[in-house]
Amino acid sequence: MGLEAKLTQDGFITTTIDAIVAWARKSSVWPMPMGISCCAIEMIAAADPKYDIARFGSEVMRFTPRQCDLMIVAGTVTYKMAQVVRRIYDQMPDPKWVIAMGACTSSGGMYRSYNVVQGIDQFLPVDVYTAGCPPRPENLLNALMTIQEKISKTRARDFQDIIPQKLELINK
Amino acid sequence: MDIKDLVLQTLKENFTDSIIEITDFRNDLSITVKQEKLFELAKFLKENENLLFEMCKDVTAIDWATRKNRFTVVYHLYSFKLNFNLRLKSNLETEPYQIQSVTPIWQSANWYERETYDMYGIEFINHPDLRRMYMPEGFEYHPLRKDFPVLGIPESLPLPQKPE
Repeated sequence: MGLEAKLTQDGFITTTIDAIVAWARKSSVWPMPMGISCCAIEMIAAADPKYDIARFGSEVMRFTPRQCDLMIVAGTVTYKMAQVVRRIYDQMPDPKWVIAMGACTSSGGMYRSYNVVQGIDQFLPVDVYTAGCPPRPENLLNALMTIQEKISKTRARDFQDIIPQKLELINK
Repeated sequence: MDIKDLVLQTLKENFTDSIIEITDFRNDLSITVKQEKLFELAKFLKENENLLFEMCKDVTAIDWATRKNRFTVVYHLYSFKLNFNLRLKSNLETEPYQIQSVTPIWQSANWYERETYDMYGIEFINHPDLRRMYMPEGFEYHPLRKDFPVLGIPESLPLPQKPE
């Protein structure tokens, strides 16, 4: 690996804070497994040894939003469930990202019906949409890599407004 | 004696005036009963020693979308003693669409009737807890009615606001 070689050779590296923070963030994207229906099975499959989401530093799937950076919404979101999904999203610490996994979350999918939200982007800011019904684990890993790419382009000052904004919201 | 004949004969002896129609399609016996006599007849079916229809497997409704006889409430009953399935039907002719609840007879009917109320707006009189089953409380419509659009009524279900 490049980093170890560099460190054993010189004992130090030169970089920017932005680059190293983004590198650290993208290498440990902890997902919140919001498994609502059948897509969740493929999400679980992505964590097994064959597909091994741990290769990307994302194996920590704990069912608590408090330690998560990425919400994988895997399954049909009904209007009743939308309140719950949003509440869990609100409990995740900033900065946070969202994957809309599968047809149902992206557009309502085959449930063109009164009870299913026709795309979770109506109430959540979605970063990556994943096609498929359900998407294969490779597809989810691809979405994760897209998120990583997105994170690697972020800079620290992109998030500096977030905390004052949240404080303002709380004070209101 | 054939089980079917036993059921029919026992019912006819006691409820001649209440039975509107009897159909026997592919060995499935259905009996249409007058709306106001349904509770009495259901109680009789459960408690009569020769019949003992102790299990209520389903309560649902049909929306015919016609002005007269718009709804039919359907009950599926089963007798362990006879190993026999029986279907009870009752037409609701005019608004308000109401029928006596059978929950005092079969506890299992509790949630079936709540579901039927949620989806069709049929009110079950004397039901212990007639709340919506699937749709959120405060929702004003009944989705399985034929005049309800498949995609729902815009703004009728609340969504959280999208964050910045």
